[in-house]
Amino acid sequence: MNPVELKYNKEHEYARVEGNIVTFGITDHAQESLGDVVFVELPEEGVTVTVGKSYGTVESVKAVSDIYASVSGKVVEVNTQVMDSPDLLNSDPYGEGWLVKVEVEDLSPLDNMMSVAEYETYLAQEEH
Amino acid sequence: MVEVKRTPLYEEHTAAKAKLIDFGGWEMPVQYAGVIEEHHAVRTKAGLFDVSHMGEIDVRGTEALAFVQMLITNDASKLEDGKILYSPMCYPNGGVVDDLLVYRYNENRFFLVVNASNVDKDYAWIVEQAEKFNVSVENVSEQYAQLALQGPLSETILQRITNTDLAQIKYYGFVHGEIDGTPCLISRTGYTGEDGFEIYVSPEYGRKLWRKILETGAPEGVQPIGLGARDTLRFEARLPLYGHELGAEISPLEAGLGIFVKLDKERFIGREVLLAQKENGIPRKLVGLEMIERGIARSHYPLQKNGQEIGFVTSGSFSPTLNKNIALGLIRSDLAIQGETIDVIIREKAVKAKIIPSLFYKRGN
Repeated sequence: MNPVELKYNKEHEYARVEGNIVTFGITDHAQESLGDVVFVELPEEGVTVTVGKSYGTVESVKAVSDIYASVSGKVVEVNTQVMDSPDLLNSDPYGEGWLVKVEVEDLSPLDNMMSVAEYETYLAQEEH
Repeated sequence: MVEVKRTPLYEEHTAAKAKLIDFGGWEMPVQYAGVIEEHHAVRTKAGLFDVSHMGEIDVRGTEALAFVQMLITNDASKLEDGKILYSPMCYPNGGVVDDLLVYRYNENRFFLVVNASNVDKDYAWIVEQAEKFNVSVENVSEQYAQLALQGPLSETILQRITNTDLAQIKYYGFVHGEIDGTPCLISRTGYTGEDGFEIYVSPEYGRKLWRKILETGAPEGVQPIGLGARDTLRFEARLPLYGHELGAEISPLEAGLGIFVKLDKERFIGREVLLAQKENGIPRKLVGLEMIERGIARSHYPLQKNGQEIGFVTSGSFSPTLNKNIALGLIRSDLAIQGETIDVIIREKAVKAKIIPSLFYKRGN
């Protein structure tokens, strides 16, 4: 199930907001459609990411997918565990499979993201 | 829009909730349980593939042998009846039209199995070359569903549902027999680097046979395998894929298929160019690559040495068997030295890789 406390975008990525720290990750649907994730490329700590721009890649056996920042900010923590065990994105995308934590000044881009209900409607539409 | 073709097994794939993709104009299963799980299933047990998209071309006539000899780079003259040959088929300039399996019934009848995405092109090419020979050429692709059972337990599983003594079929041999009462052609061939069989059957029996094999192999855990694992399996075993290691712009000698190019054969299409290449040195060479730095080399990524472009990646992937990121690359022959480090350009960044032997996986290792 997609957690209710998260925000979602059309690239099937989520943002978890805790104060001014936002955690990025990919959704269950994303990992499902990618298949076995075998490689994750993430920025280093201290790097600034920009809303709407790619900050890394997630690769399955067959495909390379860019991942996009939902908000701008400075990377304050990188999940190095997923770099060693990319399969965490498949097994636990909302938990251990998170990607980066970003310190954010302007949270307003999150207003353009979807709630879980909106995201699930979007998923249902995409199916058809 | 071109209509997407479906194999006779399409309903089996949707029922199994396979993920489907367009492959060479065919709607094919790319994975069922997951590429890595399927890959390991074939390496350790057995897996069943729907390869009905492959093309079959029948060549018959009193000059069938002479014609096939002209068409392919390998030598079918020494091939016994009931045996199969792998061969590139070249253009006069040495580029590859396709790579194929040549089944020899006798010197007057050959059965050619070609790549799905090349069937129309191959058929047109073969028909054109056939003009000067007393042969008839027929595209019989629609008359066959093709299943491949691959993996170390293939013989054990298949033997339970056939009276044909499978142990008697040697590697690259074929027979006509019955499986579960259904007449079929059984050949000991495959595209995975494992032991196994390819089974050609009339399309209406395809689904029945598919189900029967899965049911029979259930105790051993046989499972359906998609094109995703088919690709990683063939890649580890350095089996070339047309459009990657082979193509109109790549000669079979460059692709490391020299043993399938019999230059001592008097005549075949492409011979002059290939002979000259052999004598003057092959400009490019296919090498194995192992990533030293983090990254996966993918098809068509540029390869560089000291900032100079020296070639490109033909296939690259995470290797489930070796648990490493490896690739095949076509590079300048003078730089194809084992142990040397080169750069793979991944999204404009140079990532280091080492040149290693390209046969990444060999059965029985």
